[in-house]
Amino acid sequence: MGAEYIPVLLLGALAFAFAVFSVTLATLTGPKRYNRAKRDAYECGIDPTPQPMGGGHFSIKYYLTAMLFIIFDIEIVFLYPWAVSFGLMGVFALVEVILFIVTVFCVYLFVWRRGGLEWD
Amino acid sequence: MNPVEQSMIENEQTLTLFGHDPVWLSIIKVVGVFALLVILVLFTIWLERRVVSWMQQRIGPNRVGPQGLLQSLMDGFKLAFKEEIFPTAADKMVYILAPILSCVPAYMAWAVIPLGPEVSMFGVSTPLQVTDFPVALLYMFAIASMGIYGIVLAGWASGSTYPLLGGLRSSAQMISYEIAMGLSFVGVFLFAGTMSTSGIVNGQIDLWFGLMLIPSFVIYTIAMVGETNRAPFDLPEAESELVGGFHTEYSTMKFALFFLAEYINMLTVSAIATTLFLGGWRAPWPISLWDGANEGWFPIIWFLAKMFIFVFIFIWLRGTLPRYRYDQFMRFGWKVLIPASIAWILILAVIRTLDVEGTWSHTALIAIGCGVIFMLILFFVRSRVGKKERKKFVDEHPIERDYKPFAGGHPVPPLPGQHHVPVTRKSNVIEGTTEEVNEEVRGG
Repeated sequence: MGAEYIPVLLLGALAFAFAVFSVTLATLTGPKRYNRAKRDAYECGIDPTPQPMGGGHFSIKYYLTAMLFIIFDIEIVFLYPWAVSFGLMGVFALVEVILFIVTVFCVYLFVWRRGGLEWD
Repeated sequence: MNPVEQSMIENEQTLTLFGHDPVWLSIIKVVGVFALLVILVLFTIWLERRVVSWMQQRIGPNRVGPQGLLQSLMDGFKLAFKEEIFPTAADKMVYILAPILSCVPAYMAWAVIPLGPEVSMFGVSTPLQVTDFPVALLYMFAIASMGIYGIVLAGWASGSTYPLLGGLRSSAQMISYEIAMGLSFVGVFLFAGTMSTSGIVNGQIDLWFGLMLIPSFVIYTIAMVGETNRAPFDLPEAESELVGGFHTEYSTMKFALFFLAEYINMLTVSAIATTLFLGGWRAPWPISLWDGANEGWFPIIWFLAKMFIFVFIFIWLRGTLPRYRYDQFMRFGWKVLIPASIAWILILAVIRTLDVEGTWSHTALIAIGCGVIFMLILFFVRSRVGKKERKKFVDEHPIERDYKPFAGGHPVPPLPGQHHVPVTRKSNVIEGTTEEVNEEVRGG
């Protein structure tokens, strides 16, 4: 048991080695011509907008999307084992999943009605 | 023993093929997949440039190598010899880490893609697939989400406005479409009874899931375009709005890694689509009549051919469709794809129950799928969604009916309710009056 997971790690290690090699390559091969303007943030030639501490403010929408994502991702995680072993459980599984999905769907409708899915 | 238990036992038997490779063989397979991916990415970039050129009546790269095939390789070399730039405002550690985080998961996803049946490799019989395990697609799903970290961190660590916006958009977009994508898998698991990729390929010997579960297939195909940030859903790198999106501040091979990751992801979702819906490496119908089609090394050809159909669709979409607006895009994901997939799962659960009880045939399922898709097309063709909004907008914003194309001194498009004034051409106008007419059109 577990031997089938080893190639995954091998592939990961190879990809990681390649990525690290690529990232460090430029320090060895590239020219070094310092210029302060090069190192400014790129904003089409104008002076860059100063960044507030901590990267600035994000719209609350992004956090909301992230939280909704967690709700639905957990739903998916519950649905996967259900789908795989569905054949063994028959009608019981059907009734249970209808109850489950209806519950999640109520949450979804609530979010929709409260404007959680509106973007402007 | 009922057919469901039968198929479960078969699935377990398929899985016993994996995990017995000697280490040297595993290393050969891993290096093989790695090399295959690099070559496929270089080829795909070339293909995309050539196909888009062809669609736009241009020629595209044709100088380096035969038909320009070596162009992307040379571009890679060029990037390797560029100057390394660290923006002053960047968080240096995260800035370097981000491309690595984006590239490694992209490669790792290919560990479970089945490329072919059992073949003999250096005297050892082994499946043409790096590895497989009972939760292969869950692993794939997890590793695909890891790639989002790379993009978000790249946007954040650059210390610049456009990358930050691009990174945020990208994360919101990818997590939104991942839900639809994950829900579209459920139908396949219901009928395959397994999450291992080789088991799913075996489950499609008689009938592809793509034909059996048409709505799941359609939802997956839409979600995969959103998930890979490709046109028409390429909002994170909308050139006209965000310069280059999350990778604006990147140069050298660090940029190349993002590029590589994007193209590998495109190949990955195409490979998943092939595996889940188009029968994986099994030969399509007319070829499958030939007995040797599903044996030895041939299946890799069928697999790549099916995969490149999806890649071509990606390129085709890019050559055809304009970019979505952000709110339209999010609305489509959350208000159309997600409820549609949930409803479809409920329908499938009922059908599957009847199927297990033995009172149902797959033909009926195909008919239902076609019916659902037909209804959807009908709905979109006759839909009043956009029209209603437009009417509301016109009612709320009473505007002058006469349209001035150069109001305020710069060209403006007509608002809803306004119409273009016919263009005055010299040939339509009597000699000498052209200037006056043009003045009138400009609004004085």
